[in-house]
Amino acid sequence: MAWATLALASFGSAAQAAPGPWQLNMQRGASTWSPVPYHLNNISLGVCVVIGVLVFGAMFIAMFRFRKSRGAVAEKWSHNTTLEIVWTTIPVIILIVLAYLATGGLTSWADTTGSQMTVKITGYQWKWRYDYISYLGKPIDKVGFMSKLDSQSDQTRQLGSGMDPYAVKVGTENTYLLNVDKPLVVPVDTKIRFLITGGDVIHSWWVPALGWKLDAIPGIVNVAWTNITTPGTYRGQCAELCGQDHGFMPIVVVAKSKADFAKWLAAQETQSAAPAAAPAAAPAAASTAAAPQTAQIAVAPANGKQG
Amino acid sequence: MSHAAIHDQHDDHHGAPKGFFQRWCMSTNHKDIGTLYLIFALTMFFIGGSFAMVIRAELFKPGLQLVQPYFFNEMTTLHALVMIFGAIMPAFVGLGNWMIPLMIGAPDMALPRMNNLSFWILPFAFVLLLSTLFLPGGGPAGGWTMYPPLALQSGSLAYVVFAIHLMGISSIMGAINIIATILNMRAPGMDLLKMPVFVWSWLITAFLLIAVMPVLAGAVTMLLTDKYFGTSFFNPGGGGDPVLYQHIFWFFGHPEVYIMILPAFGIISEVIPTFARKPIFGYKAMVFAIASIAFLSFIVWAHHMFAVGLPLGADIFFMYATMLIAVPTGVKVFNWVSTMWGGSMTFETPMLFAIAFVILFTIGGFSGLMLALVPADFQYQDSYFVVAHFHYVLVTGALFAIISATYYWLPKWTGRMYNEFWGKVHFWNSVVWVNVLFFPMHFLGLAGMPRRIPDYNVAFANFNMISSIGGFLFGASQLIFLGVLIHCVFFSKKKAGERAWEGAKGLEWTVPSPAPHHTFDVPPIIHDEELAHGNVNA
Repeated sequence: MAWATLALASFGSAAQAAPGPWQLNMQRGASTWSPVPYHLNNISLGVCVVIGVLVFGAMFIAMFRFRKSRGAVAEKWSHNTTLEIVWTTIPVIILIVLAYLATGGLTSWADTTGSQMTVKITGYQWKWRYDYISYLGKPIDKVGFMSKLDSQSDQTRQLGSGMDPYAVKVGTENTYLLNVDKPLVVPVDTKIRFLITGGDVIHSWWVPALGWKLDAIPGIVNVAWTNITTPGTYRGQCAELCGQDHGFMPIVVVAKSKADFAKWLAAQETQSAAPAAAPAAAPAAASTAAAPQTAQIAVAPANGKQG
Repeated sequence: MSHAAIHDQHDDHHGAPKGFFQRWCMSTNHKDIGTLYLIFALTMFFIGGSFAMVIRAELFKPGLQLVQPYFFNEMTTLHALVMIFGAIMPAFVGLGNWMIPLMIGAPDMALPRMNNLSFWILPFAFVLLLSTLFLPGGGPAGGWTMYPPLALQSGSLAYVVFAIHLMGISSIMGAINIIATILNMRAPGMDLLKMPVFVWSWLITAFLLIAVMPVLAGAVTMLLTDKYFGTSFFNPGGGGDPVLYQHIFWFFGHPEVYIMILPAFGIISEVIPTFARKPIFGYKAMVFAIASIAFLSFIVWAHHMFAVGLPLGADIFFMYATMLIAVPTGVKVFNWVSTMWGGSMTFETPMLFAIAFVILFTIGGFSGLMLALVPADFQYQDSYFVVAHFHYVLVTGALFAIISATYYWLPKWTGRMYNEFWGKVHFWNSVVWVNVLFFPMHFLGLAGMPRRIPDYNVAFANFNMISSIGGFLFGASQLIFLGVLIHCVFFSKKKAGERAWEGAKGLEWTVPSPAPHHTFDVPPIIHDEELAHGNVNA
């Protein structure tokens, strides 16, 4: 129980976007929706702690009061209809409250209408591909790239590399296994719709600061949305076992102000328009035969290529 | 219908066969087969445990120190398969084999030869499964859930599928046997609503097994034909759907979860009344709760799939159905606490494990309730929070119940008392280290650490190291268990009486300890006051 109390005490602490050492609780996140799971987590944990204190408290009292060594004599009763009705009814009421809260949050999550931007995300063994489909009602042509584990993490993570994971840093932040060569760049204060699919096996796109994860499944295009409120760098990882390097395909989302994003997008478009700078989508790791060889935007669901 | 059972005519009625092969390999005796199951489960527990030690050793600190990622994935996959199908399930079948005939006054299981077959399939299934580790291409590494398309990349898929077929056949035969025994071989007067809760829990579990093991067999067979025979059940390139597999798998998988916990509920419902010296509180409610949990288990499968992108309506339905399970589960916990209330308790090792079960299983239930809330599950899913959750319900739940049952009935099996001091040493080590092992995993999951990864960011280092230390010491604590068992079986001087525990009630305590090779050749006369739950109608 002490741990749970400690976890409760940490509710008030400032929410950070990256995981921290000794972090006890879920982060509040950085999108308009991410407080939903955070609050549900806290409320349901609180409910559980209260019930736990009552039930375990009763147990411990029983264990001390009704010990044979204290001369306790066993009573004979084995029913109490009133009590049984009470402890069936009260949980039902608690559950209805929780279900009400969860249903509201879920419904808002499922509403992807009114988005101002669309990005297609494709999971591959073992990297992500981001294709920018449209922004503010205008289609975006040929902005898309692979995003894979940064080389410093990649060298360090080899078995017997002798390199120190604590030395993998960007500024003061340790980014071991949480950094990529090319992050997904998005604007803040924009409802962004993600189309998520898989190119070979099932992956799952999870950035805790956005509050959700969604599987990237070959043959299926899943839809989700986010609206990031604070500029910053948000890190996540693949959350569905996808083979040997499942642990090594992180996700990095960089949220910029709308003006900065417009500049970044213009630069990308110019780059992909100029043939000289074409190898934008380096067909990175040689191990993935299924990875597309061009930077073309594939809107149709990727065909599941299976071994 | 419950007249004295027709006996296996080939059996020697005056004792166990003398030859080792005759006795153990050709046995049709429920006690010997029960012993075989339990020894098999214990062996698998240590093999699966050694895989867990590899996992925790690699996760001791950030960076890869010991094994390649692929081998790590083999370890997580095989740890789960071995523990679920090799340790927990056979242990419950072994306990059922040993105790159900003794608890209902039957001379043996209804189908003794099938009983032999259903056990002896298992060692072959696991040789097949574990041999893949030594074959070119390695063992299964796509997780115990074997999701396609990833599972189809594995070269050992056929071995795993055939091993699972064998395990499924074994489980189905075991389940048929248990149902036939309970429904046909109860001693006259042992009405259904006078049966021990353990027997009830197994009756319901057996129906779950028969319902879902064929579903698993179908799912893995479809994997097999997708890989080797050109079908496209799960291949979107051929018009199939990878998510279809998950629906089928979890239609098996969720009842499977309850297959691993309902007999544990039964055990705890036997142990607590014995050591509280007070009848179980709300016997009928306990039985009804087990039945309703079993029913609900069939309509909640997609809560394992909230992150696959289900339609909103499906998410809502499965969330509500899942939350409902909290009600009968809560009833069970409240009833166990009420059984203790007003009792006259002593705290021998079985009772200690039972109390730890109630507390720690409830913690696992709490995290289960949190996981049911879909928006929160979007964060928890496939994180270490889930790992913490299912280890609380399976290790401190199912496993602790099995250990509790072992200490509880060991005197009946061996005729000797185990060493209480070392039993308690085992308990306190287990209960402390299991929490050091699994509690920090909640924090890791909440902070954002995905499951099934061999390496992690340094932010997760502290709790992983604590967890690993807990894991090593929890693993080592189980060697104490092994020592206590060996001592009890071979060396203990302290004889156990018929009624090994002062407060023990029920037919199994009316036969000598150790239980002779054949018991209840003549059906016992049932006296209600002798039964653990004799006066439920009063």
